Amino acid sequence: MYPFAFTKAADERSALAAGARGGRYIAGGTTLVDLMRETVERPDSVVDINALPYRNLEVGPAGLRVGALVRMTELARDPRVRTQYPVISEALELSASAQLRNMASIGGNIMQRPRCLYFRDVSSGCNRRQPGSGCPAIGGENRGHAVLGTSDQCVATHPSDLAVALVALDAVVVVRSRGRDRRIPIAGFFLEPGNTPDREHDLRPGELIVAVEVPAGPHTARSGYLKVRDRQSYEFALSSAAIALDIQGGVIRGARVAVGGTATVPWRLPEVERALVGRTASSSLWPEAAQHAADGARPLSGNGFKVELVKRTVARQLATVATLG
Amino acid sequence: MDSPSDTSPSGQDPPEGGAARFEISRRQFVGASAAVGSLAAAAPLLAGCGTERGAEETTTVHLSINGQPRAIEVDNRTSLLDLLRERAGLPGTKKGCNQGACGACTIHLDGRRANSCLTLAVMHDGAEITTIEGLAEGDRLHPLQQAFVDEDGFQCGYCTPGQIMSGLGCIAEGHTSSRAEIREWMSGNICRCGAYTNIVTAIQHAAGRS
Repeated sequence: MYPFAFTKAADERSALAAGARGGRYIAGGTTLVDLMRETVERPDSVVDINALPYRNLEVGPAGLRVGALVRMTELARDPRVRTQYPVISEALELSASAQLRNMASIGGNIMQRPRCLYFRDVSSGCNRRQPGSGCPAIGGENRGHAVLGTSDQCVATHPSDLAVALVALDAVVVVRSRGRDRRIPIAGFFLEPGNTPDREHDLRPGELIVAVEVPAGPHTARSGYLKVRDRQSYEFALSSAAIALDIQGGVIRGARVAVGGTATVPWRLPEVERALVGRTASSSLWPEAAQHAADGARPLSGNGFKVELVKRTVARQLATVATLG
Repeated sequence: MDSPSDTSPSGQDPPEGGAARFEISRRQFVGASAAVGSLAAAAPLLAGCGTERGAEETTTVHLSINGQPRAIEVDNRTSLLDLLRERAGLPGTKKGCNQGACGACTIHLDGRRANSCLTLAVMHDGAEITTIEGLAEGDRLHPLQQAFVDEDGFQCGYCTPGQIMSGLGCIAEGHTSSRAEIREWMSGNICRCGAYTNIVTAIQHAAGRS
């Protein structure tokens, strides 16, 4: 790990000032400390934001507002979230381990860096870490990599389960810098790699996530998360699906479907949603709608199985969510 | 890495025996070797950086560790794990993967189980920390420590301090209603020897008594 200056920000004003000078914000540290030790991250200055007042969790008629410093454990176990937004609790409790969930913040969770061994290995090329240095994953070990949203520059998956649920529920990321707030719809927050794989999100220098908001709706209570992986627990997704359905009188009035573990960013599936809305819920509808789940997929040498896996993940979770109490 | 023989369930080192007086202890040797190794590794990294940074790169951290107030000056890069093991003289907390993948470093940080390898010591000024060394009362083991002994919940013992600290969290959080639930909520602790069956039994029994 390289040396760095450490500041514990006493308040928001000093945190934003330190951020504007190039300081790297730290909350739980579970991603940043790990990547600093691997020298993937080399900040000159680290700003501890844990004293800032972003710990509130509000659930009201307009929706859910989660302070950026709320820990994964706290959000997951809140009884209102469990009943009104179960897909969020499930995505969180299928993430990481109990210890890591106690440490990791919601803001930090959606700021996780790409999941790719070559990204972590500073002795190898990586276009995200060092633009122009190549992508060894494309011709190398890529069983865990993405089939959706890839480019010739990068094929790494986004690691967050929570972000998949937030994308399905049209969350908004509230960010602050000196002088202004911005509200970023989460679908535009995460950036596909394209020709600029080093740009992972729509945050400007010095901006700080202060909260994540999820709008209420008739679909949020009938929702859930399915995660498919190589071992049953404490493992990243090979494929996952966050689904919310509004079913009235047996007819699907609204559908929100997003997948993880298969794409470079949390991946919404509007074609699948269109194939569901207005139709009568039935066991034959789920695999039919899920046929669109891998539209546009570009499989690599080691991950062709994901094209079929993502469709089956979506079909199975549609059936599960449709039959919830 | 520690050999199995010196890792008791309490995580405390056995007292030095007679013959050991004439030798450098294994832990001193390992400590010295690690220091030389890390200096050698750090030298090329340090070259050419630091001078323009200006700001302080060490910080004094005030902590309560197992009920004892401590003030320790650390390099900002020091993990909480390294502070405990190398600066506070508490090597019961183990370093396994050092990247949050094994759980050997699990401690309680302000009452909640946490991986001490993935957090910086400087972030925890004022924190209350409990390590495996803080569980026993004198010679009387904590009930979960005793349950690990009774149920044979380990082989080499290296993961055991982390398993016990995590198991205490699992019990306190109320995730012990079935063996399956314990397994899920203990999944952050890897046991290379595969003692999982008995670890689950030990937690189940300790939960039943508490």
